[in-house]
Amino acid sequence: MTRIDNPAGASHAVHVRGLVKHYGETKALDGVDLDVREGTVMGVLGPNGAGKTTLVRILSTLITPDAGRATVAGYDVVRQPRQLRRVIGLTGQYASVDEKLPGWENLYMIGRLLDLSRKDARARADELLERFSLTEAAKRPASTYSGGMRRRLDLAASLIGRPAVLYLDEPTTGLDPRTRNEVWDEVQRMVGDGVTVLLTTQYMEEAEQLADELTVVDRGKVIATGGIEELKARVGGRTLRVRPVDPLQLRPLADVLDELGITGLATTTVDTESGTLLVPILSDEQLTAVVGAVTARGITISAITTELPSLDEVFLSLTGHRASAPQDAEPADTREEVAV
Amino acid sequence: MSAATATTLTDADARIPLRGHLRHTGALVRRNLLWIRQDPESMFDALFMPIVFTLLFVYVFGGSIGQALGGGQERYVQYVIPGMLAMMSMTLSQGVGTGFSQDFNSGVMDRFRSLPIGRGSVLFAKIAVELARMLFATAILMVVAVLVGFHIHHWTGLFATVGLSALFASSIMWVFLTLGVMLKNAQSVQGVGFLVLFPLQFGSSIFAPTKSMPGWLQHFTDYNPLSTLADAARGLMVGGPVAHDLWVTVIWSVGITAIMAPIAIHKFRTKT
Repeated sequence: MTRIDNPAGASHAVHVRGLVKHYGETKALDGVDLDVREGTVMGVLGPNGAGKTTLVRILSTLITPDAGRATVAGYDVVRQPRQLRRVIGLTGQYASVDEKLPGWENLYMIGRLLDLSRKDARARADELLERFSLTEAAKRPASTYSGGMRRRLDLAASLIGRPAVLYLDEPTTGLDPRTRNEVWDEVQRMVGDGVTVLLTTQYMEEAEQLADELTVVDRGKVIATGGIEELKARVGGRTLRVRPVDPLQLRPLADVLDELGITGLATTTVDTESGTLLVPILSDEQLTAVVGAVTARGITISAITTELPSLDEVFLSLTGHRASAPQDAEPADTREEVAV
Repeated sequence: MSAATATTLTDADARIPLRGHLRHTGALVRRNLLWIRQDPESMFDALFMPIVFTLLFVYVFGGSIGQALGGGQERYVQYVIPGMLAMMSMTLSQGVGTGFSQDFNSGVMDRFRSLPIGRGSVLFAKIAVELARMLFATAILMVVAVLVGFHIHHWTGLFATVGLSALFASSIMWVFLTLGVMLKNAQSVQGVGFLVLFPLQFGSSIFAPTKSMPGWLQHFTDYNPLSTLADAARGLMVGGPVAHDLWVTVIWSVGITAIMAPIAIHKFRTKT
């Protein structure tokens, strides 16, 4: 057998065509195409049960597809699993570390399993613990770690073999916002090192933070793919919420913004109950323009926030129906404070 | 920085050499030993089973079965200790399956299976550690045995017995590994394990001679590997005919391994 070269997708670290995986009647994947360019982050966005994890499991050789073809770093997932395993790193939905082992032992073990010498495995374990700020917890069993520490250990473990392609399967699901930000920072550092990342997520905000390109999946099918900005524009951008200190200023404020002529998908609305003004915006330039106009008119405001469309809204907009699988209790938290 | 296209591993590059398999198995053995250090209670069964069962059988049944053997309790000690060895090799083997299904319920098994290691390494490591536990239990058993009056007539026989029970135990472990991969949780592994263990252990010559059992049961016990292992152990340590029982035990062990090891590895490889 030879390496399967793929001239058209030569610069694609991950190349997927017509991937199908059925579990009985359930079509976990129903003909998925996906290309991830080298050194970029591809976000795969979809609700629970969309097929994201099935895709990652096929691409990490844990399960085999029923039909279709997939190559990672040029290696075929079905025909060259052993080569493929040498170039990938996997971070699962739940932290895939041995909870009974101390952090250091987890990393050392994986180093040895990846054929590092004892000395190199030791050095790599030390180095990665340091990098992920886990040195002090090195000797404690991972079961005593906080959720965020566990994810960081998991990320460290997936980096030991210096993978060319890294899969992050819902890396922040179930984490509190602060911990989630920590994980994001780490992921951004890894991307800075030139790793190609395939990231699955349920959160629009996470995709926006980390991904260069986005593939939206639903019921085993790709329903949209493209750059983040492009998709966001299709979905309708963000909503800006402005609250003047004096509620009587709401109306004048609305007039000011009307003059700016900013039109997202919806029109500017006044929410008298909360005393805020909702302005649909499509770009950071528009956000800046609003802030400028508010300042120019000397209106004092007490809060200004932007809201991303929730996953539900993305789905509604792209598919015309609500996300198919029942959503977990955690709604997509899409608020971000904007420094004024 | 384009590792993705710079690396070109051929099939030959990706083949794992024997040294690699040993290194991987070693790393996983270390993991399982660290588990024991983390959780010393997991050694309780290996520590107390030989003590409790030996004392129970010797002092509860020893008198009456010993009489049937034409002696007393001392006579029964000589009879039952080799049987205890056979029993432990079976009972302790179960642990390999329960620990395994726990592994599957955590994400760490996904990590192992996405690493470039031989699929057998994870299983071999489990077996190696379980055999070490069994050696520990055997040492405890022999100490208790000597304390209750067991005479080892042939020391070489003792070592041969330990080797034979390890061989048999490892074959049984492949069965429990297969169950561990196939069944969903530790409890079901244990449940199914008991269903298999109990008839095999009591329908054997481990605890009592089979002469007084009904004919149909005797046929069963004659072919029960636990009987042949216990009888071979008696012959080796205490004296008496050995060859027949030894060979039957070896054939059972090799046969079970030859069938179950590939099944276990296959199930492990294709587990979704």
